[in-house]
Amino acid sequence: MTEPRPRVAVVVFPGSQDDRDAAWALSAVGAEPVMVWHAESELPSRIGAVVLPGGFSYGDYLRCGAIARFAPAMQAVAGFAADGGPVLGICNGFQILCEAGLLPGILRPNESLSFVCRDVAVEVGTAATPFTSRCAPGQRLTIPVKHGEGCYFAPPELLAELESAGRVVLRYAPGENPNGSVADIAGVANAAGNVMGLMPHPEHAVDPLLGSGDGALVLASLVDAAGDRLYAAR
Amino acid sequence: MRATVLVRPKTGILDPQGQAVGSSLRQLGFAVGEARVGRLIDLEVDETDPASARAAVERMCEQLLANPLIESFEIELAGEPA
Repeated sequence: MTEPRPRVAVVVFPGSQDDRDAAWALSAVGAEPVMVWHAESELPSRIGAVVLPGGFSYGDYLRCGAIARFAPAMQAVAGFAADGGPVLGICNGFQILCEAGLLPGILRPNESLSFVCRDVAVEVGTAATPFTSRCAPGQRLTIPVKHGEGCYFAPPELLAELESAGRVVLRYAPGENPNGSVADIAGVANAAGNVMGLMPHPEHAVDPLLGSGDGALVLASLVDAAGDRLYAAR
Repeated sequence: MRATVLVRPKTGILDPQGQAVGSSLRQLGFAVGEARVGRLIDLEVDETDPASARAAVERMCEQLLANPLIESFEIELAGEPA
């Protein structure tokens, strides 16, 4: 008997913009997306993974993601993450996870001060995560970025820790860094490995017809992990 | 009690906004060296005792107004010598 499609929550904040693209893409790779409004203080039942989508939550006031972390739904997401549940933050979702302290470091205005919107090549740093299990280490993925504040910063001690623990999950390929991120970092994971944020938008790259299907590898990895969490341990 | 918070990019942190402002000023013919851009926040704090007001604003800075990784902050209370 086949299991039902794993349910993956997509948290919607005021100002989220890629929530429906994320839901569409998750559905395309075999999940049942469940939209969760930011004011909900609990996640729905039987959720195997959470996605924080891109956009401009709360108008990016103060600092990107700084206000969104106080949303009731974020308390539920923090609890889900503490319990080992896989959480993926895309673009603004990455910024929110950093401001919430669920991921290390912070995203600053692009070094160029210009909004960038184009395909970039990223390299997979490790395939041993719930977000890259369908990739090979070192594999090159083409995924679009579109952001004004994607310059990842971590102070030297933290950066050394991230590098030595293999927590840099995705790195812009040589010469591809679109925003001035330290060490070309495009995506990082938390110490436990179940929370990850990335600036590129995998949900915009799930169909080769639209330029690249590489983002599907990231989302399908997440859906695998959601399925494992929901069904494998039974 | 009124309080003013000055949030600045920490020393050593690259500030592209400040660099752009500096180079624009130089293009206008002004003799300026480094420029750094921060943020100013005026607050009406519901405290009458300066010490408790300062303590409250410090907590606000730590929890929301500044990100300690990249920003430092200074607090000025109305009526206190800066």
